[in-house]
Amino acid sequence: MIPLSYFLILSIILFVLGTIAFFIKKDLITMFMAVEIMLNAANLAFITFARSANSLDGQVIVFFIITVAAAEAVVGLAIILLIFRQKKTIKSEDLTLMKG
Amino acid sequence: MGHFLFFLLAIICVGSVLGMIISKNQAYNALLLVLAFASLGGLFGLLDAPFIATVQIIIYAGAIMVLFIFVIMMINLRLGLPPEKKKWTLYFSLGVAVVLIVELILSVKGAFSLFENSSMEKIGGPTDLGRLLFTKYLYPFEITSILIIAALVGAIVLVKKKEKE
Repeated sequence: MIPLSYFLILSIILFVLGTIAFFIKKDLITMFMAVEIMLNAANLAFITFARSANSLDGQVIVFFIITVAAAEAVVGLAIILLIFRQKKTIKSEDLTLMKG
Repeated sequence: MGHFLFFLLAIICVGSVLGMIISKNQAYNALLLVLAFASLGGLFGLLDAPFIATVQIIIYAGAIMVLFIFVIMMINLRLGLPPEKKKWTLYFSLGVAVVLIVELILSVKGAFSLFENSSMEKIGGPTDLGRLLFTKYLYPFEITSILIIAALVGAIVLVKKKEKE
């Protein structure tokens, strides 16, 4: 049996990599993908704890997270498409509308 | 066998996320992310969550990433992305990453002892999960359907508005 702590450590690594990708990447789509990676790292942690507690509640919460992530991806990608139509760019550096 | 599968899937997953950080091409990024999500699905299977593993592969690696690839094709940046000039984000993100990793490990350390005496009996598959969804989590389940309708209508309204003008 694989120790459950390995899964938790993998979840931490994935979350941190997602954070790094979010800061380093400059185009909105890849930044959005980094958010999805962080969500998946959280899912992995939830399932690990569900396994250790022998309870299905964690899996139900992961089910809800996946559903919310799908809804979030639809709206987010629509917004990115709208930004591209109006500004002709999806680089976060060029979007300075709210810069003081 | 279990250890071998775990390390194989973990290496594929972390490797494809690292490749996503390094690569500049958005289409390759999306395909690497499909690989990462599929291997995460395998890891969920290793944790005795067969239904979530299937959902992960169908919805994440299938539906959501296909949506990403569609949008990448619609946007089609011919020029590609020019190299980044500012380097401060790299150092900033590495600093944030170090702080975050220390914090997460400290907060998770207490859970490791919890794992050692956890019983390893089989927990349920789709049947038990479905029963739980329609009894204990009935209201969240119904609210999720409203959320999906709202997201659907919202996305259509957002994209449609431009075409009328």
